[in-house]
Amino acid sequence: MSKPKFAMYWSGSCGGCEIAVINIHEKILDVDANFEVAFWPVAVDAKVKDVEALADGDILLTLWNGSIRNEENEHMAHLLRRKSKLLVAFGSCATEGCVPGLANLSPLSEIIDTAYTTLTTDNPNNIRPQHVTKVPEGEISIPVLKDRVYTLAQVVDVDYFMPGCPPESHQIAAVIDLVIQVLQGKAELPPKGAVIGAGSSTVCEDCPRKRNVKSIKAFHRIQEIAPLDPELCILEQGIPCNGPATRSGCNARCPRVGAQCIGCYGPAEGVVDYGARLLTAFASVIDANEPEEIERILDGIPDPAGQFYRFNLADSLFRAGAPAFKN
Amino acid sequence: MSEHFEPVIIGFTCNWCSYRAADLAGTARLKYAPNVRLVRLMCSGRLDPTFVMKALSDGADGVLITGCHPGECHYVEQNYKTLRRYLLLRRLLQGMGIAPERVKLVWASAAEGAKLANEINSFVEEVRALGPLGWPQKLAGNVKEVEVAA
Amino acid sequence: MSTNNGKPKVGVYVCHCGTNIAHTVDVEQVRDWAAQALGAEGVVIARDYKFMCSSPGQELIEKDIKELGLERVVVAACSPHLHEMTFRNASKRAGLNPYLTELASIREQVSWVHTDKGLATEKAKAVVAGAVERVVKNEPLDEIKVPIHPATLVVGGGITGIQAALEIANAGYKVYLVEREPSIGGHMAQFDKTFPTLDCAACILTPRMFETGMHPNIELLTWSEVTQVAGYVGNFTVTIKKKPRYLKEELCTGCRICVEKCPKKVIDHVYEAGIGYRKAIYTSSAQAVPKFPVIDTANCNFFQKGTCKVCEKSCPTNAIDYEQKEQFLKVDVGNIILATGYDLFDARRVSNYGYGRLANVFTSIEFERMCNAAGPTSGKIVLRDGQTTPKTVGIIHCVGSRDRNYNNYCSSICCMQSLKFAHLVKERTGATVYDFYIDMRTPMKSYDEFYQRVLEEGTLFVRGKVAQVSDAARNAQEEGKLIIQVEDTLVGKQRRIPVDMVILSTGMQPRHDAKEVGKLFGIGCSSDGWFTEKHAKLDPVATMTEGVLIAGTAAGPKDIPASVAQGSAAAARVLNLIMRHEVTLEPIKAIIKQWQCSGCRICNGLCPFNAISFRAERRVSEINPALCQGCGTCVAACPAGAISGSGFSNDQILAQIDGLLMDVNPVSA
Repeated sequence: MSKPKFAMYWSGSCGGCEIAVINIHEKILDVDANFEVAFWPVAVDAKVKDVEALADGDILLTLWNGSIRNEENEHMAHLLRRKSKLLVAFGSCATEGCVPGLANLSPLSEIIDTAYTTLTTDNPNNIRPQHVTKVPEGEISIPVLKDRVYTLAQVVDVDYFMPGCPPESHQIAAVIDLVIQVLQGKAELPPKGAVIGAGSSTVCEDCPRKRNVKSIKAFHRIQEIAPLDPELCILEQGIPCNGPATRSGCNARCPRVGAQCIGCYGPAEGVVDYGARLLTAFASVIDANEPEEIERILDGIPDPAGQFYRFNLADSLFRAGAPAFKN
Repeated sequence: MSEHFEPVIIGFTCNWCSYRAADLAGTARLKYAPNVRLVRLMCSGRLDPTFVMKALSDGADGVLITGCHPGECHYVEQNYKTLRRYLLLRRLLQGMGIAPERVKLVWASAAEGAKLANEINSFVEEVRALGPLGWPQKLAGNVKEVEVAA
Repeated sequence: MSTNNGKPKVGVYVCHCGTNIAHTVDVEQVRDWAAQALGAEGVVIARDYKFMCSSPGQELIEKDIKELGLERVVVAACSPHLHEMTFRNASKRAGLNPYLTELASIREQVSWVHTDKGLATEKAKAVVAGAVERVVKNEPLDEIKVPIHPATLVVGGGITGIQAALEIANAGYKVYLVEREPSIGGHMAQFDKTFPTLDCAACILTPRMFETGMHPNIELLTWSEVTQVAGYVGNFTVTIKKKPRYLKEELCTGCRICVEKCPKKVIDHVYEAGIGYRKAIYTSSAQAVPKFPVIDTANCNFFQKGTCKVCEKSCPTNAIDYEQKEQFLKVDVGNIILATGYDLFDARRVSNYGYGRLANVFTSIEFERMCNAAGPTSGKIVLRDGQTTPKTVGIIHCVGSRDRNYNNYCSSICCMQSLKFAHLVKERTGATVYDFYIDMRTPMKSYDEFYQRVLEEGTLFVRGKVAQVSDAARNAQEEGKLIIQVEDTLVGKQRRIPVDMVILSTGMQPRHDAKEVGKLFGIGCSSDGWFTEKHAKLDPVATMTEGVLIAGTAAGPKDIPASVAQGSAAAARVLNLIMRHEVTLEPIKAIIKQWQCSGCRICNGLCPFNAISFRAERRVSEINPALCQGCGTCVAACPAGAISGSGFSNDQILAQIDGLLMDVNPVSA
């Protein structure tokens, strides 16, 4: 009997998720032992036409890493959805748009202009990429950007969501183990739509720092506080730590080493809007009742949209800022 | 923008003050613009910013948040939490390019039916001046030119 | 059982309210629209009726619940504050959990406030859609019942607290009466006469004080303060700090020999209002209840210099104990009455009246003590020199009250207090009395008659707010006098009136620590600083915290009869609960899903009712449902989404928003 097929694809993202998969060390051998890698452009040489040739549903498991930024991403999402039994939105870009999703705060034209005209860009003729370009050999094309960044689930039906930027390697290994156990009939798959490879609570659950009743008189940037109390809750020291609202699963990796959580694991179970949770939590524990004093404290969060939606903008209720619609 | 624009506004009220002010406006047969649709909460402190984002992203052009006057909260001091969240929410909206004026916080006691009616009327005109937000249409790709908060 | 979409079966009932709704809202159109457009949302039946709240209207709903198996009910009618209970009860009678019924207000919020029938009808549809979407997400809730501990804590031993304590104790139930001064009696014990009957305050109060002190059901804890309150209605645990008196109460007979022998005399700023003396070991008065003295360590020779011990040597029962430490008691009570009273407005703040600078300007409480036969002047009305009887006296109303520079409110007692002073001055000295008032407020029983009496006695009334009291004479007639500068608004001219003595009728203000005390007991203060009642008119002694009642001047300025009435009212409320043995609480509560709580402690400081506690051993927060008042602030604050609020859940509210916007957002509908 042939081995079930495995695929992994990289769309609008940095590629760190691919590294994270490799980073599971010898566990990768289990993948090889239990699966036939049908398509994984980073790791093996297979072409899109090979995927197109497969029967629908022929791939058992596809890990999709990346946001849907352009039409090619979207095309591939539909293709791999059709060919896969289980499609997993893998990593923050696929699940919630991640940092690429912040592009949704700006008009597309501005993004292109910025990319092609900044000081570090050598572009004397002010050339812009064209969808179709005629060359002596004929026409070549590059994919058109979509109006904004989408999450995978906003484009195709997704079976499971695995958060993280990137997902922690031990969580990836655990998920692979689970799938293998399912294959061997020793375990059952979680219900469709579930978040896998993460906890259901938030980062504070795993954070070893001491926490008290919170009362914030000022917000600071982390470099302004020296030295940071190594044992006390980072938020209580006035640093906007996203840990209270960010799904557990990373074992509080950043707060453990004295850096505030920036929220890459996304919202906790059942949360409708990640940024709203942070906003309300931070605001609620401000120690001031007078508008002027509250405003003064809020000046310590100079970029609320970036603070609250660094990873989650594309999956937020708004999904984008108003400028994104101004093309 | 269409010729005739009637803003749709979601209003959040506190069970103890502003909802009763709305009752009083009714009992007194005061007239105000029909553009506001009210949601009753037990306290303005129950107002999760999610509700405001939900309303705006779901088609409302503005959101009116109402609560007891500072110092008069039925739950002692929860309206101060509303104030803090409101001020931060405005900053977030600004950062998202949405006019913060689309969300307004108004204090109204149970006795202030007339004040609430006036506030509703003036807010409807303020939102009318801002024009439609039309977020569902924006997301669906039906709108291109939009107002962006400075 | 359920309709398509797996949604519960919803019945929609649109009320005409006679023509109240039907005049402005096309009720039939709303009904038909609900049946069609909201079918996919679960609506299986939509009806209209002339008066839904009538018996036949309610029966319509009950019949449908039984025959159609409705699982949710929406009544589009008036405000839920009017008939929510009516329709919940109708559902309950038909076997449906009452919390699965929603009222959509299309009268107060639609038909009565809008005129355009088309727009009103469209809004009514949106309101109904919101209610339908919401009710689908409603969950059945059960009322919470908690037992009531039969003991009561009364805080404050003034006349209000005494009254409340006696009412409850006489009904046969235990009362802990806590007073922070050494004796009960409060402000009333300082007064000479009470208006308008002019009974002697001590004559009517002292028997009540003794009765309180002797009562087998009252445990008197004077020289004590409440430091901690835990628990909830029916089940409070209160920590009380008993300050050391430095004598053993069980040995002290109250003979006061120690007081007599004590060599150290100090000015008594509390009971004698600064115009009389007491000893370093003292009781506030000879009638003090309890009779035990207290050592004022700051002024005691032994405590300050290590020598003296006269009290110890003179005590016939060896009751003095210099080693005594403060004690903390924990008591369990079911209800708490706060009768913490008021502070006097500090007349120094009105610098233009010269109090503290001009010797013969007195405050009302100083004057009370001066009039009192047991007071520092043995009842003689004299100038600050202690001997000269004034020939002319000016009494100034509204000092610190009805003045935007100080307190906006009327202190309510000062007019009558001033009239009483005018009468006493006249009666005891025959002096000429000027009474300066802004408005004369004498609204209660026999009050205006008293005003007439004082008028007839010849007090000279000047209507006008006094601008200044000074000693800067402009002519020989003013020399050595206090000159009152006032605009006589009845004649329309400025007047300068020289007098020998000025009495400032100072107002009441909230206790300086009312806010902290409120926080301790989980109740709020108005912007003026008085404790806030649950309803100013219909529930004046209850607060938003179940089981915590307020009475007397702690809730605002009042005279003695009103304070006593409130003491009794609060006691009646407590007895009502005690006799029911248990209390039913609204099931609108916040609950922390323990598996989702990360123990971040964001919510911990947000509850004014102290309902949220942190379980350090499990690193999660917990809500005590009996303490939770259901405001939902913590629900809205939880960053992990771990707190849910029954009755007003996120699902319910988000669904309602969806429904309300159904017409403008075809995408989500």
